[in-house]
Amino acid sequence: MADTRPGAASRVIRWIDHRLPFVAMLQHELYEYPTPRNLSYWWNFGSLAGIMLVVMIVTGIFLAMQYTPHAEYAFDSVERIMRDVDYGWMLRYAHMNGASMFFAIVYIHLFRGLYYGSYKQPRELLWILGVIILILMIMTAFMGYVLPWGQMSYWAATVITNLFSAIPVIGQTIVTFLWGGFTVGNPTLNRFYALHYLLPFIIVAVVLLHLIALHRFGSNNPLGIDMKGPQDTLPFHPYFTIKDLFGLVVFLMVYSFFVFYAPNFLGSTENYIPANPMQTPNHIVPEWYLLPYYAILRSVPNKLLGVILAFGSIFLLFLVPWLDTSPVRSARFRPIYKWVFWLLVIDVIALGWVGFNPPEGLVVTVGQVATLYYFVHFLILFPLLGKLERPRPLPLSISSAVLQDGGAQLGRAGAPMANP
Amino acid sequence: MADLAHQNVTGAHPGETRRDFLILTATAIGGVGVAAAIWPFIGSLNPARDTLALSTTEVDLAPVQVGQRLTVAWRGKPVFIDHRTPEEIKTAGNVNVSDLRDPQPDSARVKKPEWLVIIGVCTHLGCIPLGQKTGDDRGPYGGWFCPCHGSIYDTSGRIRQGPAPLNLAVPPYEFTGDTTIKIG
Repeated sequence: MADTRPGAASRVIRWIDHRLPFVAMLQHELYEYPTPRNLSYWWNFGSLAGIMLVVMIVTGIFLAMQYTPHAEYAFDSVERIMRDVDYGWMLRYAHMNGASMFFAIVYIHLFRGLYYGSYKQPRELLWILGVIILILMIMTAFMGYVLPWGQMSYWAATVITNLFSAIPVIGQTIVTFLWGGFTVGNPTLNRFYALHYLLPFIIVAVVLLHLIALHRFGSNNPLGIDMKGPQDTLPFHPYFTIKDLFGLVVFLMVYSFFVFYAPNFLGSTENYIPANPMQTPNHIVPEWYLLPYYAILRSVPNKLLGVILAFGSIFLLFLVPWLDTSPVRSARFRPIYKWVFWLLVIDVIALGWVGFNPPEGLVVTVGQVATLYYFVHFLILFPLLGKLERPRPLPLSISSAVLQDGGAQLGRAGAPMANP
Repeated sequence: MADLAHQNVTGAHPGETRRDFLILTATAIGGVGVAAAIWPFIGSLNPARDTLALSTTEVDLAPVQVGQRLTVAWRGKPVFIDHRTPEEIKTAGNVNVSDLRDPQPDSARVKKPEWLVIIGVCTHLGCIPLGQKTGDDRGPYGGWFCPCHGSIYDTSGRIRQGPAPLNLAVPPYEFTGDTTIKIG
């Protein structure tokens, strides 16, 4: 759509756009961009994740201006941020809880994709880019957690880097290389800080690819069927900009509750004790968003196999577009998968519970069953269900399913508003 | 062109006021929210409380002999303390104030004439003038000489020659005893 606003500003924009079609691109991707008219609130979490990424980068840059990446000073510099720097407590709590919020959003986003089959042809690469973002997020979160140099920071760094010692023959050499020394120490802290600053910008780059892939075919939708014409779509602005903004306001209320009223609820108090390389805390737990992987790691009695399965539980997600053999995207039309999906949700929550508790008695049993189910779900049930299940008939089109009169007269509503 | 005409018609339409009002108020409230969110980020760049806590320095003047100059740190900046000789006090007082670039009588720059306390940062571009150590070039007025761009200060720390616009500043200080001062 050509820019028709009168005046000098518009002439300047047209001059630039002719040479560098940036405004035209925004107009195309954020304004006219045809979006399925039936998106539910589960589709808010993508934009929320993007906003959280920006919040994390901005709070992170301001924290970096006050933080000292040195084993001797790191802990004190964080305490200085909390006590002496104006609003330092707020920036740090926003960053700390922001990480939790970011993961919560991304996990909901991921499970939404699993429920509605958003990874299926032609969105396989979109899904794979999402999994890459998740892996980069986990690396970034882990390295960020090491920076305050408290007891949990130190021992998390020790335990996680030691995962690589499970690799036969060269394992210990790799770990020494990761540390830059013979234990987790100042060189480790310095490189983690450098990488913790770098990785978010790589995430930004992958997010852009994720968006390019998304806009190639547009969003999936609760019905999981393709958009067939303007009667199935609404322009992104103002319909979904407003919907996303409303979701953002609701989300900010939850986020603010944690930042201002329960800032340490999601973290471990142990991390307010300075790192002590001579003393491991009695009970080590990772942050909640890593508990399921940690539970898988602990449930396997063999060191190498445990590490392989913990990493494998994430890498398995890359294969999901091909493991799921069902031609139907949305679980709404898959009478069995609709229920099996919730088994995975329960399974992951159970793994979280297992990871949080010391490995004794029932916890161990639940951990082993839940670990087994996780892999069975993806490797056996996914391919099998596609073959066994009889999907319910799909609606002819989005508009025929969601509009009273089948959208016969509403085609015109799909056109952009003249003056929103 | 058709779009342009259409916009003019709808823009003048009275039915548009309600939407305009909603957009305007929502944008205004959103703008206030964003400004409020930016505030703590900018605020965090202010000097922190531990930095502000370093803002007073106490100095014992008893060991400083007549004619001796002492440098102490206050807020990370050098403060020059000069135990002036009677001749130096006299030359500082015998200046025609109206001839100075930054007119100030010596009496306005000291609490006790024998003790000159000034911030040792040249008012031109922030270098530290010479003159504190024995053997330093003190310049033709017997005060201080800035090596960066050649500003020359007299025995009251007033600018006499060179590019600096102002006299060396006098920090806030008070005598807490006969020979002790608290700067800041």
